[in-house]
Amino acid sequence: MSAKPLVQGPAIPANLLLRDVHVVDPREQIDARHDVRVRDGEIAELGAPGTLERGEGAEAIEGKGRRLLPAFFDPHVHLRTPGQEHKEDLETGTRAAAAGGFGGALAMPNTDPVLDSAPLLRSLRDAAAREARIPVGFLGAITRGLRGEELTEMAELREAGALGFTDDGQPVQSAGMLRKALQYQRLCGGVITLHEEDRTLSHGGAMHEGAVSAALGLGGIPSVSESTMVARDAALAGYEDARVHFQHLSCAASVTAVAQAKAQGWRVSTEVTPHHLLLTEEDVRGMDTRMKMNPPLATEEDRKALVEGLRDGTIDCVATDHAPHARDEKEVPFEQAPMGTTGLETAFAALYTGLVLPGVLELGLLVERMTAGAALFGLPTPTIAPAETANLTLIDLDGQWTAGEHGWESRSENCCFAGRRLKGRVLLTVAAGAVVYRERAFSVVAA
Amino acid sequence: MNHLLSIEDLDREEIERIVAQAARFAEVSDREIKKVPALRGRMVLNLFYEASTRTRSSFELAAKRLSADVVNFAASGSSVEKGESLKDTVLTLSAHKPDAIVLRTPWAGAAELVSKWCSAAIVNAGDGKHEHPTQALLDVYTLQKRLGGIDEASIWIVGDVAHSRVARSNIIAFQKMGAKVTVAGPPTLIPRGIEALGCEVRWTLDELDGADVVYALRMQHERMSERWVPSLREYAAWYQINGRRLGPRQVLMHPGPVNRGVELSGEVVDSPQAVITAQVEAGVVVRMAVLYELLAGTREPQPAPEPQLA
Repeated sequence: MSAKPLVQGPAIPANLLLRDVHVVDPREQIDARHDVRVRDGEIAELGAPGTLERGEGAEAIEGKGRRLLPAFFDPHVHLRTPGQEHKEDLETGTRAAAAGGFGGALAMPNTDPVLDSAPLLRSLRDAAAREARIPVGFLGAITRGLRGEELTEMAELREAGALGFTDDGQPVQSAGMLRKALQYQRLCGGVITLHEEDRTLSHGGAMHEGAVSAALGLGGIPSVSESTMVARDAALAGYEDARVHFQHLSCAASVTAVAQAKAQGWRVSTEVTPHHLLLTEEDVRGMDTRMKMNPPLATEEDRKALVEGLRDGTIDCVATDHAPHARDEKEVPFEQAPMGTTGLETAFAALYTGLVLPGVLELGLLVERMTAGAALFGLPTPTIAPAETANLTLIDLDGQWTAGEHGWESRSENCCFAGRRLKGRVLLTVAAGAVVYRERAFSVVAA
Repeated sequence: MNHLLSIEDLDREEIERIVAQAARFAEVSDREIKKVPALRGRMVLNLFYEASTRTRSSFELAAKRLSADVVNFAASGSSVEKGESLKDTVLTLSAHKPDAIVLRTPWAGAAELVSKWCSAAIVNAGDGKHEHPTQALLDVYTLQKRLGGIDEASIWIVGDVAHSRVARSNIIAFQKMGAKVTVAGPPTLIPRGIEALGCEVRWTLDELDGADVVYALRMQHERMSERWVPSLREYAAWYQINGRRLGPRQVLMHPGPVNRGVELSGEVVDSPQAVITAQVEAGVVVRMAVLYELLAGTREPQPAPEPQLA
């Protein structure tokens, strides 16, 4: 691959001194208070609290009582550009990511037109180099137009910078078609990421199939429509020794299928979304269209299995599947509404409030899983250590807020956590060495 | 009661109150002048996104017998065909200040959604495969009249439960009134998880003789996008209610319109055990009672239309 993997808009390298901040970086085994100096966008040094001087031209930031984490990485977002800029664009989507503490994200190719050719990818990357607030990478389509009929020019897409390939949104139904892509991966590399859904089973469904769908009279999407495809494609990946990544697992059976694939030594990885870790089909009872997503929210047993999978490492990382939709598209009866919820701005706070505070997950583990996505795509893991590029998120863990209370950075507001009281506020985000977000009310200046 | 969106929202006392009011209105229907002035000057808007003759005309009759003004708005041949959204249609029609909107749509939850957009009382006349609460009320009324009460009664709902809003509303309503409900039908047409509503599930009619009431559902061709049963012939062989399967003391119900020779044989439709025409008759008086319950007297102040995403 010749092109730089991630692109971002113009940014000024930061010079910061974060004073007496509690640094948490599980990979570096740091969980203690430090002064942290960022010079020209690089982490220059970590010192004992109160020992580092501000230095010429640097901004001092009071870190007392706050956590400094490596910036999160989201391997699954929809930035809707080109073609659906009324939902989101490169600027608003990456601004939402920055506000959520993310220092990098990968955009899906189910745009209009579909990102299935190198010229399109080049022009999108050019636009990102002007507009993206944080570094973004792009995945190309596996098949032309996501039609599942013929491969895209994967090798050329790779040379133009595609980090991988996916038909997210219109999953590859034919095993034979997918096998060709897996074989072709030997030539071009890149992770093949899979939205797993057997459409013959999920067809006509609007939510998870079970007691709630039966009571509401909504068509059901059975969990086996996902888990059978995970099992099928894991076996294919094993047979072709291909590298695949399963997107947004939603049920216990899929976690089991991934665990079995990993036990075989097959090269598979997977992700889970905050909403599948925190919500269930019970949250759909009110037929709030913000609770309509694909894959759908499943049962409490599924949710617990996903949390357990994330804890034990069967699930490698958290991804938001940030899927913005315009208000008029979601303000319709449930069955008519498009699937998807936004998630970038609430991911950390929702998971911290829902899983860390009640003692289900440790903060360090959550941080690890929210940054692990980068390495799965061959990108450097955000790390808090001297000589590393500064990718940082400063968080007030006690900061309480109501999701959406001051609107959203995203162009869309279809967030399944809207209106919830959350703990954990992102105050400052540094991505690829530049300050990309400051919480408005947060006073960053320290004497 | 501000709206009638779901039978789930009513408790047994409220159902009984509506049924009792319907019984009082039944007397009006037998008069030479079939009209009372209860809702004079009120406007009832029938907004129908799906074809319907009996439900729409039944609501229209009910409103007229209560002296309300009625406006019928069918989606076909209207601005809806030009792409107007449900919300915009409702907001536009609300400008005429209807006191009640009777709404039928092919979408679950639409009635509840609409109730958040306007200040009229919303009556759900069927929302997709979700609910059809006035059907459940008229079925309870019909059964009470026929049996005197349905406490402890065993009611079998037979057929295409998956695509039936009538089934869902009736499973809930009959149980609220103390009956035991069993659903039976081909496994492809019984939704997974339906037993969570409290009913029992059977795949055959072998134990049908234990039922006091047999409620046959219509095979809904119009709502079926795939082949759910191998053939109507095989369906009839296993699930048709006919003279052989219907016991002499069982009451037979059907929401109409009947597919003769499919879910019901001709002889049972015409038998005295069938209360199908009584159900239609009950439709008018029960809907009178519902409109009366919602519109008579002063309504509680309604919140202003909410422009936000629900």
